[in-house]
Amino acid sequence: MPKKHGNSLLELTDRTKRRNAAETRFKAYGIAAIAIGLLMLVILITTIVGKGVGAFQQTFVTLNVELLENKLDKNGNRNLDDIKKVTTFGYAPIIRGAIEAKVKELGIETPLKSKDMAQLLSKDAAAQLREYVLAHPDEIGKTVEFRFLAQSRVDGYLKGRVSRDSIGNDKNISAAQLDLVDALVKVGVIKKTFNSAFIFGSDASDARPEAAGMGVSMVGSLFMMLVVLALALPIGVAASIYLEEFAPQNWLTDIIEVNIANLAAVPSIVFGILGLAVFINYMHLPTSAPLVGGLVLTLMTLPTIIISTRASLKAVPPSIRDAALGVGASKMQAVFHHVLPLAAPGILTGTIIGLAQALGETAPLLLIGMVGFIASNAPDSVASGLLDPNSAMPAQIYEWAKRADPAFYERAWGGIIILLVFLITMNTLAVILRRRFERRW
Amino acid sequence: MPTIWLVLVLIALSITGFFLGRHRALASANGNSKDLHSLPVYYGNNVALTALVPALVVMAIWSMAQPLIIDSRVSSMIPESAIDEGSTRGLVMSDVRRVAEGLNIAVAEGAMTREQAHDLRSGFSDIRGRLGEVGVALGSEVRPEVLRAAQRYRQASSTGNLAMTIVVALTALAGFGWSYSRTHKDFRARNVVERGILALLIIAASLAILTTVGIVLSMLFETRNFFGLHSWRDFFFGGTWAPNFRGDSELSFLPLLWGTLYISVIALLVAVPVGLFAAIYLSEYAGKATRAIAKPLLEILAGIPTIVYGLFALLTVGPALVRFFGQGENGILGVEWMSGATSVLTAGVVMGVMLIPFVSSLSDDIINSVPQAMRDGSLGLGATKSETVRQVVMPAALPGIVGAILLAASRAIGETMIVVMGAGAIAKFSLNPLDSMTTITTRIVSQLTGDTDFASPETLVAFALGLTLFVLTLGLNVLALYIVRKYREQYE
Repeated sequence: MPKKHGNSLLELTDRTKRRNAAETRFKAYGIAAIAIGLLMLVILITTIVGKGVGAFQQTFVTLNVELLENKLDKNGNRNLDDIKKVTTFGYAPIIRGAIEAKVKELGIETPLKSKDMAQLLSKDAAAQLREYVLAHPDEIGKTVEFRFLAQSRVDGYLKGRVSRDSIGNDKNISAAQLDLVDALVKVGVIKKTFNSAFIFGSDASDARPEAAGMGVSMVGSLFMMLVVLALALPIGVAASIYLEEFAPQNWLTDIIEVNIANLAAVPSIVFGILGLAVFINYMHLPTSAPLVGGLVLTLMTLPTIIISTRASLKAVPPSIRDAALGVGASKMQAVFHHVLPLAAPGILTGTIIGLAQALGETAPLLLIGMVGFIASNAPDSVASGLLDPNSAMPAQIYEWAKRADPAFYERAWGGIIILLVFLITMNTLAVILRRRFERRW
Repeated sequence: MPTIWLVLVLIALSITGFFLGRHRALASANGNSKDLHSLPVYYGNNVALTALVPALVVMAIWSMAQPLIIDSRVSSMIPESAIDEGSTRGLVMSDVRRVAEGLNIAVAEGAMTREQAHDLRSGFSDIRGRLGEVGVALGSEVRPEVLRAAQRYRQASSTGNLAMTIVVALTALAGFGWSYSRTHKDFRARNVVERGILALLIIAASLAILTTVGIVLSMLFETRNFFGLHSWRDFFFGGTWAPNFRGDSELSFLPLLWGTLYISVIALLVAVPVGLFAAIYLSEYAGKATRAIAKPLLEILAGIPTIVYGLFALLTVGPALVRFFGQGENGILGVEWMSGATSVLTAGVVMGVMLIPFVSSLSDDIINSVPQAMRDGSLGLGATKSETVRQVVMPAALPGIVGAILLAASRAIGETMIVVMGAGAIAKFSLNPLDSMTTITTRIVSQLTGDTDFASPETLVAFALGLTLFVLTLGLNVLALYIVRKYREQYE
């Protein structure tokens, strides 16, 4: 059959083909964009988990230590004051003896001297031993089994971070020491196990990455969140009630609304500057204190809480208010007795999300000095928890990331896992609350 | 902690007031609550609030004002001659405060008696040594003027605190007495209490204004100090950033602004196309199931704290970029363009990833608000879906999307942790994205952490930078709002 004009709908013209191709391309761009976003998420999560999980395991060395009486308690009368006079230096020879004895007992041949063998242990080991002896003076003279932290290079060797090629001129470890580590691993003296000290322990100095933990900074974060909760929730709810239920349309209300909108968009570091200038330089509150951190984060979280609280107040239908007013309640009673309880789940959800945001915030904490020192002591009372210098989880992570020893990087990633666990828990809680209690009118 | 005790006493008083007030009201109606004007609770609340709130307000105002007044009084005591060359009154005052605090600690620990602390003369006793014993380290020997000022400071503070306690207690008692005496069955307690609560609500709402005023004033004040010590011409038009704590610093914000804008532009180059296309796909193409999964997953990226992104930039993206563009022969591309992990590209890319969900969820909302009728009209005329999006939906949504991009830009400019960890510390004008550069926020952090001296321009410049940042982000936000309001298409 001869071809007609060639304009059949069933036959694609070049133009239609072009348009269809453009359509497919456009759709592909969209899919690619989403794929990129999700890929980034996957990369981020796998990096965090892959690099951080190691921090929850630590290498330990198990040794039988003979607590020699002639070194630890020369007078032999178990007087605690006398025992305290022996510093950690006095304990070092005992540890050296213990590891040398162990190596000899196992029949491992090594050219190392006892001092180099003891270097496999953390610098923390002597302090750990001393603490034990001070707590149990009766044990002096006996032989006790101890689990010491291995030093970070040994830990890194077992985790694959340190290899024989990479040690080079490292004065903390030598190839002969690694041979000894291999031998000790084979007989189970050196072992990698779960390390709860990373979760509950305190930070440690630059030379002892193996002993550093998140516990104390978690307490610091906890106190900050308590301050934020105690201040931001009541103030935020009060402000929202006023703006949503009582505020007349006038210039004051306008100014307040504009201010809240702007504060929500102010960079967090500006709140840090405010905290430094007002709370520390002007009011002379203590530097690095969780109280100050909490105050700064309160100001930062307020707009978030106000915005979500207003949304949930707005979601309560006017008929509720009208019914309350109709049976003779005052406006204040209608709001506090009826609207507020109905809006409570929404307010709670918003507050939890605001707290989660505050928990992960770092920049303002840098300016009020919650970084840069070693958070080594857990506070012993509420007042000291609020006023004594402490760190916070994200500030602690930043602190580790800044240190020179790569062993701290693993701990920074591990710290992020802990932080994210908190955030995920809080957000899940918020979602559950919303699903469970949200009412559609 | 006398302040805490004072507050506890106030609270106890107010709780007592609650029960007494309620009891008195009921008694005046012979126990029949129906004869009362308001519910009995309101009479109790009236007494409790009148006793507590004014006293707390007085206390707050007093403790704000007292240091200001004492500072100005004591600092006028210090003669010009006691201020060294290169030092300032503020520095001497901080010495005074330290000595006063040291004396307080010494008295509290029993190392000195109250009289000794009061009668000390610097010539006779070794004050520095004695304060050192109680853990207060002083830089130099205490001079007689400083010591006298410190003693005066202590005296004024303790008098002030005593006076505050008395005044606050009197206010509380007066409020208690007044409201208690007014409690009677015909007293309109509910109206009074509700007015009081409304006032509290207004105060809570005004806190937003107070915060903004606090931000602006604290930065303005210190910025003024900065421009008193350093020429404003150098700050605005200098071109070099070279702080030097021995003096002669060149502190211009221009190189920092350049770094900030460069990184922000790279971040937006990543975030805007990805975020926008993701939003278009999610709102125009994706089915319900895809949307329900992909949207929350993307938004997880927005909920991750910036410290995580910072660490990601420093330890993962940076080294990966070095493997591509650095390391010479050993690198993947065999080039030597990048020396360290920190660079504009590192920080920009990571910040872009952080901003993807920000752009996508804002644009998603805006695209969804374009009426369906417009799409139907376009599709009905034979346009393909992508033509509809490009020629109908996008023009309608454009003002909103521009607003969203401006908000993202404002986020990028104010972002701190990613640039602190990923961008580097060198201030320079360079076009090379593989160079290490620095930003306004990074410099604020570095000038205000560590040893700071609030009398040197090198520290104070941080406040001027903070103000610049505040103005910049505020300007972008206002512009975004303006564009959305002005050019928004009104449908229906």
